[in-house]
Amino acid sequence: MADLELLNQTGRIFDIQRYSIHDGPGIRTIVFLKGCVLRCRWCCNPESQNYAIETMVQNGKEKTVGRDVTVAEVFETVEKDWSYYRRSGGGLTLSGGESLCQPDFARALLATAKSKGMNTAMESMACASFEVIDSILPYLDTYLMDIKHTNPNKHKEFTGRSNELMLENARKIAESGKTNLVIRVPVIPTFNDSVDEIVSIAQFADKLPGVKKIHLLPYHRLGQDKYEGLGRKYLMDGIVPQDKEHMEMLKKAVVNNSNLVCQIGG
Amino acid sequence: MAKFDSSRIKRTDRIQKLIDDLYADMPEVESARAILITEAYKATENEPLIIRRAKAFQHILENIPIVIRPNELIVGSTTLKPHSCQTYPEFSYEWLEAEFETAETREADPFRVPKKAADEIREANKYWKGKTNFDLATSYMEPETLKAIEHNIFTTGNYYYNGVGHVNVQYDKVINEGLEGVMAKAAAELSSMEVSDGNYCEKSRLLQAIILSCHAVIGYAQRYANLADEMASKESNPVRKEELKQIAVNCRQVPGKPAKTFYQAVQTVWFLQQLLQLESSGHSISPGRFDQYMYPLYKKGIEEGTLTREQAQEYIDCFWIKLNDLNKIRDGESAKGFAGYGLFQNLIAGGQDTEGRDATNDLSFMCIEASFHVPLPQPSLSVRVWNGSPREFLIRAAELTKTGIGLPAYYNDEGIIPMLMSQGLTLEEARNYCIIGCVEPQIGGKTWGWHDAAFYNMCRPLEFVFSSGMDNGEQLGPKTQDVLTMQTFEEFEKAYQEQTEYFIKLLVNSDNAIDRAHAERVPLPFLAGLVDDCIKTGKTCEQGGAVYNFTGPQGFGIANVADGMLAIKKLVFEQKKVSMSELKDALFFNFGDCTPDVVKNNIAGTVTRQMIANGQKIAPSEVEKAVQAVIAAGTTKEKVKRYEEILSLIDDVDSYGNDIEEADMMARDMAYTYTKPLRQYKNPRGGKYQAGLYPVSANVPLGVTTGATPDGRRAGRPIADGIGPMQGRDVSGPTATANSVAMLDQSIVGNGTLLNQKFHPSALSGDDGLNNFVDLIRTYFDMKGLHMQFNVVSREILLDAQKHPENYKYLVVRVAGYSALFTGLSKSLQDDIIARTEQGF
Repeated sequence: MADLELLNQTGRIFDIQRYSIHDGPGIRTIVFLKGCVLRCRWCCNPESQNYAIETMVQNGKEKTVGRDVTVAEVFETVEKDWSYYRRSGGGLTLSGGESLCQPDFARALLATAKSKGMNTAMESMACASFEVIDSILPYLDTYLMDIKHTNPNKHKEFTGRSNELMLENARKIAESGKTNLVIRVPVIPTFNDSVDEIVSIAQFADKLPGVKKIHLLPYHRLGQDKYEGLGRKYLMDGIVPQDKEHMEMLKKAVVNNSNLVCQIGG
Repeated sequence: MAKFDSSRIKRTDRIQKLIDDLYADMPEVESARAILITEAYKATENEPLIIRRAKAFQHILENIPIVIRPNELIVGSTTLKPHSCQTYPEFSYEWLEAEFETAETREADPFRVPKKAADEIREANKYWKGKTNFDLATSYMEPETLKAIEHNIFTTGNYYYNGVGHVNVQYDKVINEGLEGVMAKAAAELSSMEVSDGNYCEKSRLLQAIILSCHAVIGYAQRYANLADEMASKESNPVRKEELKQIAVNCRQVPGKPAKTFYQAVQTVWFLQQLLQLESSGHSISPGRFDQYMYPLYKKGIEEGTLTREQAQEYIDCFWIKLNDLNKIRDGESAKGFAGYGLFQNLIAGGQDTEGRDATNDLSFMCIEASFHVPLPQPSLSVRVWNGSPREFLIRAAELTKTGIGLPAYYNDEGIIPMLMSQGLTLEEARNYCIIGCVEPQIGGKTWGWHDAAFYNMCRPLEFVFSSGMDNGEQLGPKTQDVLTMQTFEEFEKAYQEQTEYFIKLLVNSDNAIDRAHAERVPLPFLAGLVDDCIKTGKTCEQGGAVYNFTGPQGFGIANVADGMLAIKKLVFEQKKVSMSELKDALFFNFGDCTPDVVKNNIAGTVTRQMIANGQKIAPSEVEKAVQAVIAAGTTKEKVKRYEEILSLIDDVDSYGNDIEEADMMARDMAYTYTKPLRQYKNPRGGKYQAGLYPVSANVPLGVTTGATPDGRRAGRPIADGIGPMQGRDVSGPTATANSVAMLDQSIVGNGTLLNQKFHPSALSGDDGLNNFVDLIRTYFDMKGLHMQFNVVSREILLDAQKHPENYKYLVVRVAGYSALFTGLSKSLQDDIIARTEQGF
């Protein structure tokens, strides 16, 4: 039985997406938590960044982005696909924003899932104190961790923050052995899509104990219209997604320079 | 050791050549069959009908031109030109003559009709005036039934104009015993009779007719043997020469005698498949469990070393191509409903054997391989899924789905077997089921299922609730309670049920009239020899000779009716945000747009009736003036603004298909309004009615003749597809849609249900994508869904194909119950497919 206190925990989300099939094992439901520490230029969910509830224009209609919900309310939706999780080994995935910005809520969601026997995963940059992360790890089966760049300056230029804390946390999470850590790299033209930059990330990931997989996520522009809807400027305007050959070349480079299993896409 | 060899096999060059030849030209209408059947009928005026049918069949098979096309290994062509068709005047012909001029240029399924053929067919048709199946069926129908058809409440056109088909015959028996086995059985039955038996006259003649038909088929094969020999003698290419010689050997052996090899068994199945369709114009003659009945000779060949997997695959591929060589011209309206030249020859792989063990074998995989090699609409490839299905088999099927061909369709043993048993089949029979046509399950070789008996438009009775049974100014349905006096939603529901039940009765009247006509005008002796228990009972399938008899008309539009009902319940009765009178006006005036014909005609009819009632003169100009006045009064600026508000309020009401209990329960109830009342009715063969829930692609053309519906659907627009949610309203992803659809009680829908899902190819990318896709199907099937099929193709591709059809000659998409060439579909149906929500993102 899920703890009543956990079920009553509230937090702020901006979306729940079912039949997510490329974010952790099996068929999953993703809960998107609102609020982020970074401001990545390419972010495809710009409405996730501010914690405040916002208004976004979509298809000509104004839409409120963000709502406060209890864990129990979230599970009303998440549990609708129980039978799919059972068949496929899927479950709940937290995404954002950065879920660690709402640590109590994130922990309550994951702990509730585990108490029901549900598989859990979280997409996160690990941009929080390790104490916070460590309190969540017991409830997390798979940690899908973003590493965007190994160079602190470039990281800061494109995301607003330097990367030392995140890389340090990656090491600690891996060493804890408490979760299956998978490294994911959003491959962004003009930022990190050269062979050297990708290989550098792969070599860092390869040294993390227990890490076996790396995902290269191709850049896409599906979020572009949302910037306009929020009255913001899209800083990546005119940047074209890589072609398939380029992604394959990067994958080959990763495979040649590390022991990791590499896949394109989540 | 694995139970099967699933390794992939390469396609041979021959296959691409055969495909190219098949589609090199526009299909044509040929005249030979029309001429020959007319000659035969004229020569046999005073003989028993069943003998006349057999003699006509024989006359056709002895004289119809034959051809062996370049590169063919499996032979037998109904027409000289590939992918063309013959005509069947004994069923109906008037519609065809009326369309000789337009068939070539029509949007859906065009045919060229050469002048000479048109003249010859016209000449032959003269004999059939007043003698067709259509004529007799019409005279059996009640006036109100004909009215309901005229007003498009339902359409029974399928068997009204054509043969029935929709059958699976005893392919296995003919492979193992040859037609000589069938003849021996008929002869034994005949010799067991006394001339003094009460049923001797008709039974003896049927048995003689069966024997005669089998002889005719053997003679036809002999003609091919002779032709092959003749061609071989002139052939300079030594490889082809040997091939032709082998063809001659095959055609001397089968289908008369038992097939000795796998190759001959394929030839046997093809002759049956081709000639059953030449006997009548019925479509959906379905090869069924090909991987099961073909397996013994495959295994024997492999074990003896006389057959390689590669050879077997090429024979199967050639059979696939032949299935696309057959064609059928339908009337323009029906062509829209069955768009894509589809013949719905359903072939199913995998599943269980009669003892409940998994039946997947090498051939199950090779059937899927054949659809990779021959990416054409035929056969309608299906796979059976059950709790013991090998994962590898389902993944291979998913890989085929991923190509975007729209095949295979997936069927759920765990739902279908108990459903068939509830209809009286034994456990062993139910486990051995196959699928007919689009989605209709049955036990092969002993069922005359009359599947696809009608399209019943569930939205039309909803219109009639608002008009108390009036349509275009005519009292068509019962005079139910005036909507404006309704105080509760229950009153509204009751009126809908009353309208529905009334029209179901008329539908049954129509189907039974047509059913009788088939028994009396066009009994089929060759078919009778291949379906149990016609020989024993001395009756053809049409006369009730099959072991199992059903009639399966399908309803469609559940999503529109359910969403509309919920909108009425919420907005009118609970929240009182819209008055019934406002809603009635909004629908009558199509939310302010009175341009579609269906809206204008209804207003004109209503106005005319009013004028007559008032004693006014009915001059066209007066009527037109009055209509314009009514439209003007009903579409003032304020009113149109209010209609738009109403539309927006409807938009905010929950929709079926999003895993919302109230909306889904409404859909469940609305499905019951159709599926339950049907169960009480019987057909003239003593069989029961069973509902189907799917529209093939009739939801588009029959949407044109349907006024606005309270779910916000505009008049003339397509109605929802299958049992799925309304196009564009399923915004919660495929799991939510599947959960919603599983809320319907599918276990009583014996004629089948259909759930179309559209996926972008990237939703199936990688091993994860394929595995999750299979698990989505498995989970829907855990919840007792019966069928699921997928369009996997990008929106961009479809839009481009619309613009540049010449670049997409072979683009196949899944449309409702079958796969069709996208560029051959009408523009509106293309739009409908494009508009379907892309799921998975």
